[in-house]
Parts: sequence; C-alpha cells; structure tokens
Amino acid sequence: MSDLRFEGTDNYVATKDLMMAVNAAITLTRPLLVKGEPGTGKTQLAQEIAHSLGRPLLEWHIKSTTKAQQGLYEYDAVARLRDSQLGDEKVHDIANYIRRGKMWEAFESDEQPVLLIDEIDKADIEFPNDLLLELDRMQFHVYETKETVNARRRPIVIITSNNEKELPDAFLRRCFFHYIRFPEKETMERIVNVHFPDLKKHLLSAALETFFDLREVPGLKKKPSTSELLDWIKLLVAEDIPAEALHSDDARSFIPPLHGALLKNEQDVHLFERLVFLNRRNAG
Amino acid sequence: MLVNFFYTLKRAQIPVSITEYLSLLKTLSAGVAGANVDDFYYLARAALVKDERHYDRFDQAFGTYFKGLEEKFGVALADLPDEWLRKQAELMLSEEEKKEIEALGGWEKLMETLRERLQEQQKRHQGGNKWIGTAGRSPFGAYGYNPEGIRIGQGSSRNQRAVKVWDERHYKNLDDNVELGTRNIKMALRRLRQFAREGATEELDLDDTISSTARNAGLLDIKMVPERHNAVKVLLFLDVGGSMDYHIRICEELFSAARNEFKHLEYYYFHNCLYESVWKDNYRRHAERISTMDVIHTYGREYKLVFVGDATMSPYEIMMAGGSVEHMNTEPGVTWMQRMLEAYPHAIWLNPREEQTWDFTPSVKMLKEIMHGRMYPMTLEGLDRGMKTLKRTVH
Repeated sequence: MSDLRFEGTDNYVATKDLMMAVNAAITLTRPLLVKGEPGTGKTQLAQEIAHSLGRPLLEWHIKSTTKAQQGLYEYDAVARLRDSQLGDEKVHDIANYIRRGKMWEAFESDEQPVLLIDEIDKADIEFPNDLLLELDRMQFHVYETKETVNARRRPIVIITSNNEKELPDAFLRRCFFHYIRFPEKETMERIVNVHFPDLKKHLLSAALETFFDLREVPGLKKKPSTSELLDWIKLLVAEDIPAEALHSDDARSFIPPLHGALLKNEQDVHLFERLVFLNRRNAG
Repeated sequence: MLVNFFYTLKRAQIPVSITEYLSLLKTLSAGVAGANVDDFYYLARAALVKDERHYDRFDQAFGTYFKGLEEKFGVALADLPDEWLRKQAELMLSEEEKKEIEALGGWEKLMETLRERLQEQQKRHQGGNKWIGTAGRSPFGAYGYNPEGIRIGQGSSRNQRAVKVWDERHYKNLDDNVELGTRNIKMALRRLRQFAREGATEELDLDDTISSTARNAGLLDIKMVPERHNAVKVLLFLDVGGSMDYHIRICEELFSAARNEFKHLEYYYFHNCLYESVWKDNYRRHAERISTMDVIHTYGREYKLVFVGDATMSPYEIMMAGGSVEHMNTEPGVTWMQRMLEAYPHAIWLNPREEQTWDFTPSVKMLKEIMHGRMYPMTLEGLDRGMKTLKRTVH
C-alpha cells in the first residue's frame, strides 16, 4: 500500500471518477483498464500518471502480431544458430540470447514504474489470457535459463483498449475498469485552457460551440474528438482567425473555417456540406 | 450492508464476482474513497463493472439501493440550491401563505418554512404516499426510472450538479443490444473463427527449421508451413421482401460484415419460409431458381447454417403443403427446414425483430421450435449468443 495519489497534472484534466479509478489501481497495485472513444486521452493518461508521481514510464505498444511472450522475454534462436555456425564463443551461454521484454524491464526496475500496455485489443483474442498469471502475481519463469523473475516493486499497470475485441472475463476480474466518457462542455473548456492558456475567451467559446454543434450532426461516421478539437484550435491560432469568423446568424448554414481538421473522412465532409447546402436553400 | 448491495447488482444482471467484491472492500479499507457517496459510487463502479455497456444497469441498481440511505452519507437537506427551492415555493405555497410569510420576515423565513414543509413531505413519502411533482411540475420528472419516487436529496448538490451522477444515466445508450454497425457485427462474427493451416506452404516454420537443422548436424534445413487462416464455412439464407423490408438496413450491414469476415460464404435468398427452391439474384428470382436439394448436396456438413428472417407469416406457410403465398408448394416448409437441419448440425436463425415480441406471433414460435430454440435477435448480444451456439460441437 502506498500513499500516492493521482490528481491530474498541469496539462491533463482528470475527472473525479477517473482519479478514483486510478487511485484504486495504485493502492492495490492492480492493473487499470481504460476504454473510451478514440482521442479522449487514454494513452496520455499513463504518461501523465508517471509524470505526476515522478515514476519511470515503460510503454508496450501492442500490434495484431504481438504475442504475450514478447512482453516477458524472447529467445533469439536464429542469432544463436548463426553464432554456432560461425563458431562464436558466446554460443555456450544461452542467457546471451534471451531478449528482455517490457514486462521484465518493469519487474526489474528499482523504482516502482508505470507500465503502459497500449491497445491490448489489437492483439489476438488469447493475448490477455496469456498474461493472467504474470499480471496477478507479477512473476514469470524463464524456461531456457530456469530462473524465476519476480517484480521488485509491483508496477502500476495501465491498459488501454479501443473495444475492438471483447476481453476475457478472467482478465477483467483482475483489473479495475474505467470508461472515459466524452467530456462535457465545462470539462472541455478546462482541457482547452490547459493546452492554450492564452486563448481569448470569446474565441474559445465560439470554437467550442462550433465543435459541439458539429458533433451533433446526424450520421457522421467519425465524430470529432478532443484531440481533433485541440489540433483545430492550434490551427485557428496559427492562422490568426478571429472569433467573429466562427459566428454566423444561422449556425446550420455555415461551414466553419479549417473544418478539415475536425472531419477526417471525406464522406463526412460531403455529408456535412450537403446538409449545410440544404439548410441554406431552405433558409433562402 | 454491502453484501446486499452486491446481490442487488447480481439481480440487475451485472456480472460481478466475489473477487471483485473483495477488492472493492480492500480499497475501501485502504481509504481510497472519502466518506461520501459520490466517491463510493466511482470506486464501486471501477471495481465491479468491467464493461461500459453495464454502466447504465449499474447506475439504476445503485440508485435503487441507495434510495433513502443517503442521509447516512451526510447529504443534508440544507444543501438544497436556492433557485430550486424558489421554484418549489411557487408551486407549493399558496398566495396567502406567501403574503403571510413576507409579512413575517421575507425570503429567509420563507425558505425555512419551505424546508420544514419538504421534510414533512419526505416523512409522509416514506409512509407510502406520493411525493411532490408528479404532474410534470417537478424538474425531476424526466429521469427514466420511477418518476414519482424522487427524494429531495436527489436534487441537491454541492457541485452545481442538478442531479446525482448515477441518476443522470449518461451511459444509457451504451447498454447492450442497441445499435449495430458493420464493424460491431464483424467483431461479433469473429467469434466464429477457426484457424487452420491449409493449402500451399508459404511461411517459414522457425521452430521446425531449428530442430531439423540441429538434427541435420548444423546444416540449414528449412521447413515451410501453410499460412494460418480462418477456415470456417458459412451458408447464409436471407429472407427478402414483404415484412423484411423494415429490416433492410440491418440485414445489409450483417451481410456486408459476413462477406468480409468469412472467406467461404455461400448465400441464398428465400421468401418467408424455406421451400424446394431458393435464388441468388433478387432481380431474376423467378427465372433462375436453384433447387434446395442441390444446395444440400453441394455443401458439406461442416458448413454452418445461418437463417436471417423475421419469421413472421401465416402458420399455414410453414405447416401446410400449398401454403406458400407465392407459388404452389407440394411439401410444407417445415419439411424443408427439417431436411436442412438434418444436413447441417450447426444452425441458427437470426431474427431482426425484437425478442420481446416473438411470442406474440405464432409463426415465430413455431420456427423457434423447429430450430430447437436456436433463434437469436439481431443485436450484438444476440449475435454473440448465436456465434457461441454455432461454435459448439454437435455430434
């Protein structure tokens, strides 16, 4: 048990429910599974926890080809085979060919690290099951060298998922879970403030209004998310667009400037333009 | 006390386990949460609910359980926001009373009286009477569950919230069985995957290469294997026309997801019930018919059979020879269904109609019986159940 508490950082706004979930995970050193719409800051969470607690961060990014074993260690048989053919002396010690994975690194760390397992749903369906024991007891066995690796300090494990695959129940039971909901207007205002402290008040409210209106457009394939909003505001600031340019008498017949930063799908852009066109015609 | 809470969740069909319950107790004793009900709500949710689709059910169960327990957590009536009280005052106090109170000492006094009034009413409420504002006057009428039984505490908040977090029910649309998108369907269909190595040898088998090389006295002996791919085979029968027109979008999505997901997918169309012939092209359905017997003879027993249809028709169309609405059928539909089910032990029926309405239509009930109960609604959760059934081995 530790007295560490996470309360958000200077550039990350954490809601109360998120803080509670993170602190529960830190206290019991159980993994925290984080889900949510893309672009709501799931991956960033681990970085901010490490930053605010002053702990080292280890990132393990999962791809569709990643195997659970790779997080523990890999035995580089091909290198050993090559060395044996070349008559290298190293070949006699098998430990020379064991490559450590991210989890091993986390277990060996002197300071309690933050381990991020990013996008766990990208891997094969069996992947989480293969890590059950390792995440529970924080130990594993290396068959080649017959040693057991134990975690010196149980790391703080943050796991993110984009919901592409259902995770097994046995795995879920061992985690705390948090779903990052899309921020409400007030939270969003705080988030933008953290990233652009000098932003003029009326530009901010005009931008947010346009943004939330756009999210309400029916039938969009990909609704713009927080990260897209931040990019868009960055562009607005860079292009020095005044707040007045975001205002219009009729919100529905108006295309916001630089909307390409918010809508990432050409079908969405077409749909949006068509709606605006229809509204204009109806109005006129 | 929390044991009952645990069972309330169980009853609300949230999959909670004892391990999770114990870890919640551990975090509580470690002092992660402060002594207020909001903290406890967040903590319990993080520890017990592992799927955002269950958030809404959790919110409801939490609301039900903690109704009336709030005072123990110290949410006092004194926290009532003033504007809300002002509004209530207009509704609850008569003109004379207002005047009287104004004469007595103005707004402050009025507030006090009102608080007393509210407290009284709460007591009466616990006695079984109805609480204020059922006639649409209360601002809390729109909350989904139990619109009349709202405590005053629910309206209060220190954080300018109008209602309690769990009463807001933000996660309503994340509950199961609502929308299906192509991507969701694909994820559900993926459950059916059967990986197998078949065909040309194209991949290097590292382990085999190493052991063969070792056995070969250190000289490289390369071993290849075929690539792993999804070997599941699916036979899809889609009901078209008539009452199915209402379900076109969802059927299109299912079809396109299935086309992408299964390499071996064969599909045929039928109308209402399966008879002696089916077709592949809806524009030429009368010209180009394929005998159902031929289909049975073409595809082997390893194919998984999936019917998609609303199963809504006259019972005659299933049970009687000559019952079809489109043509003269010499054998009843049920015979053909049974032939199919004998030929393909793995079979399910997906029905786009809502599951609650099935029992009202006799033909749906009949087909469900013919399918031995293997009829599932076309929701994510239904697809999941269906895919599980298809995976089960039948002998």
